[in-house]
Amino acid sequence: MRINFVLNGEPRRVECDPDRRVVDLLREELGLTGVKEACGAGECGACTVLVDGQARLSCLMLAAQLEGRELTTIEGLAAAGQTLDPLPASFVETGAVQCGFCTPGMVLSARALLERAPAPSRREIRQGLSGNLCRCTGYQKIIDAVELAAARGRGDEPWPR
Amino acid sequence: MNPRGFQDGRKTSRDGDLAKARGLEMFAADRYGAGMLWAGVRRAGVAHAAIEGVDTSRALAAPGVVAALTHADIKGSNRQGVIQRDQPVLADDRVRHRGDAVALVVAETRQALAAALELISLQLSELPAVFDPDQALAKGAPIIHPGHAGGNLLLGGRVETGRGEAVLAECAAMVEAEYRLPWQEHAYLETEAGWAIQEDDGRLIIVSSTQTPFRDRQEVAEALGLDPARLRMIAPPTGGAFGGKDGVSVQSLLALAALACPGRPIKMWWSREESFLASPKRHRARLRYRLGADSQGRFQALAAEIVYDTGPYDHLGGAVLTLGLEHAGGPYRIPNALIEARAVYTNNPVSGAFRGFGVPQVAAAMEMTVDLLAAKLGRDPLDLRRLNAVRRGDIIAPGVTLTGSTEIGQCLDRLEAHDLWRGRRAWKEAAGPFQRRGVGVAAVMHAVGYGPMVPDVGNAKIELGADGVFSLFCGVVEMGQGNSATYGLLAERVLGQEPGSVRLIQPDTDRCLPSGSASASRTTFTFGNAVLGAATLLRERLLARAADALLGVAPAEMALLPGRVRHLPTGKELPLDLLARLMTPEQRVAVHRHRAPASTQRPSADPVLQMHGLPHEVFSFGAVLAAVEIDELTGRLRVERLITAVDCGGLIDPLLAERQVEGAVVQGLGYGLYEEFLAREGRVLSPDLATYIIPTALDAPEMETVFVPGHEESGPLGLKGVGEVGIDGPLPALANALRDAVGDCPRRFPLTPERVLEALAGAGERGGRP
Ligand code: FES
Ligand code: FES
Repeated sequence: MRINFVLNGEPRRVECDPDRRVVDLLREELGLTGVKEACGAGECGACTVLVDGQARLSCLMLAAQLEGRELTTIEGLAAAGQTLDPLPASFVETGAVQCGFCTPGMVLSARALLERAPAPSRREIRQGLSGNLCRCTGYQKIIDAVELAAARGRGDEPWPR
Repeated sequence: MNPRGFQDGRKTSRDGDLAKARGLEMFAADRYGAGMLWAGVRRAGVAHAAIEGVDTSRALAAPGVVAALTHADIKGSNRQGVIQRDQPVLADDRVRHRGDAVALVVAETRQALAAALELISLQLSELPAVFDPDQALAKGAPIIHPGHAGGNLLLGGRVETGRGEAVLAECAAMVEAEYRLPWQEHAYLETEAGWAIQEDDGRLIIVSSTQTPFRDRQEVAEALGLDPARLRMIAPPTGGAFGGKDGVSVQSLLALAALACPGRPIKMWWSREESFLASPKRHRARLRYRLGADSQGRFQALAAEIVYDTGPYDHLGGAVLTLGLEHAGGPYRIPNALIEARAVYTNNPVSGAFRGFGVPQVAAAMEMTVDLLAAKLGRDPLDLRRLNAVRRGDIIAPGVTLTGSTEIGQCLDRLEAHDLWRGRRAWKEAAGPFQRRGVGVAAVMHAVGYGPMVPDVGNAKIELGADGVFSLFCGVVEMGQGNSATYGLLAERVLGQEPGSVRLIQPDTDRCLPSGSASASRTTFTFGNAVLGAATLLRERLLARAADALLGVAPAEMALLPGRVRHLPTGKELPLDLLARLMTPEQRVAVHRHRAPASTQRPSADPVLQMHGLPHEVFSFGAVLAAVEIDELTGRLRVERLITAVDCGGLIDPLLAERQVEGAVVQGLGYGLYEEFLAREGRVLSPDLATYIIPTALDAPEMETVFVPGHEESGPLGLKGVGEVGIDGPLPALANALRDAVGDCPRRFPLTPERVLEALAGAGERGGRP
């Protein structure tokens, strides 16, 4: 079937099986390998994408569900023309990236959280990211990163050069 | 074909981290492309069986199937393994656990692959199986490797020092306890993955998520009967490894598939369930400890009986056990000891390397026993540890003299001075209704590098490119520790270049030089020294050549500065790209081999223990302080604070060191509180991340990491390893905190609410429920 949706700011029309998993469509067909898969069962959050600004698990979504939606992957988070998102650089500065396999999903969940709550407490950040597993960092520096990005988003902290 | 699918030439770790945070890093699983085939294996599904036949004909006839292979298609030894080559690539005569791979299928699509794997028919005749290490050692037990001289005993080690256990009877106070530690699954987010291709000239390129590209090349070559020179292994950064990728997973299978399908790229990517079933775990363990002290609290004797369930294959199990044996008595002076350790084959899932490498189990037993002894002596547990903590020159329980930097005393001092420790009474008393609070401590040590026999060698190569930019060819893998960034930093310091200006080339057996595994807390310790050597050599050569070029000046008058060489007396400068053009390609490359110091001590005359790594020369140290709150009604244990003091020698990049410790601490916390890998009759009962619970952002506490000042002579810039020491202490510190809170602690883990409630009811003393 033909599916129309907006991918990282650009209208797209793709031809595919309606029950193709969104994670496969993105990785295999559209070359967006920043979307990770680590369980395929909704347990880890590595495959997180934003659908109309909400964090969704692309391993549990079928292509047909994309019809008419606006989809953002990590590659599109700071796509040209849009304002630069402070999250990726904040992750790097605070040391929140180790192996990096959880990071794209983590960043997108954090983005969705900051849309809802521009000044979250550490506890709220932990809650907002509790669906995203990270095996490397112990989370502390990820929480630091989101706090920093939130402050930057509000203009309370200078952006990195 | 040029192996894309991984990036190199990026400049700094920060760039690397940024690439990851933007989703641009290419992991081993991230390659797709036209004509890519998919490979997968059919696993045995029974724990122990003789293989009578494997019929692939129906699979081969299925649509989209390109190849279906069995052990009969393997020309080499069909055996892999690091020390004992006892694990088949594809099972031949028998199946030894449910996850054994029996047939390999290559297909055009994932769907075709999945369908074809179902069509493989296995004729298996089941054999009696054994799942308990004690039963496996009993007379008449089914033997898992009939050719193995020790029967089901993979490795047994015994070290006796002083007058041994006899001294226990003379001790003013003696305590004893038996502990059981569960399997722990690595649960790296990136499951085993890779891709391969056989090129027109017959060479095989294998890109995989691995900690050991050079060793893989040797193992794959032997197992498949190939000339190692025919193999090119490439190791992009892993999506987590922690020891679980210290050994072959997809590599041989991909090579076999590529041999059968020349010219086509072939990908293999294990599912989460497959990874849980077939990847190695931290060894399940049973430990029986007796510890005695004199009336002043000085440790006099230790008797430790250690049994590790290694599953059906060695997979470094012997080395893991030996490291456990070496660390059995912790960072304490103990003049008399008897340590008996056994690693036993069973038909359970395979156990192998996991960050900590046999130490977390013994640290758990030792540190909980120390608290029992403190209680018996009526001593403050932190104080008792300080009294017995080793200093440089002291001898630990297995008879190893500590000759390197030894700052466990400082670690304990820092905890003692911490406001959490000083204010613990008031904090505990402030617990709300139905809440109890406790504070626990643990002290640990962790060896750095390989043991005395296996050379711990790094070979660094640095090149000044024709464009005037330096490239550093990394011999050890980047697993997220940021080690390659540290190498870059070391090279930049020596070469006088701006931070981030040296290109980092990730391991590739064609371009980099063999430098051992990314494991054993050794990467920076060993390879860092090699980098310093290579950078120094290249610097001297560049200065000499530049001096020649400027006619009549001495190299000593020259300085290497960012992008240029400067003649200091006159200020004349030579840009590096110009200098590069004055040199041949060979002159622009410097190589340095560094071998880490190997201990010359022989605490045991047993060559097998020496071969498996006893003893080490350099150790890092750590101490953990944990504060927990227990809900009396639900048994819920909450970690309120967790402080880790670490002696890892000098610090090159404090942020990188801190993130290693934090990550290790939360893995250790998961080990203590949540992670219960369960198998019954070899069948995995916790097959996925819904049933095997690792800590989430809500479970991890706010942590504090304190680095005590130290300097290890043999380390690069005084540094020791920091990758593992953080994982050894959390479990016993939490257990001791629980005991502090409720007066008792289970001896089984993890500390689930049920077990906490049992401890509250005082049942823990009897060892908890089976
Ligand atoms: S891959 Fe989608 S939640 Fe794990
Ligand atoms: S950085 Fe490795 S899983 Fe999060």
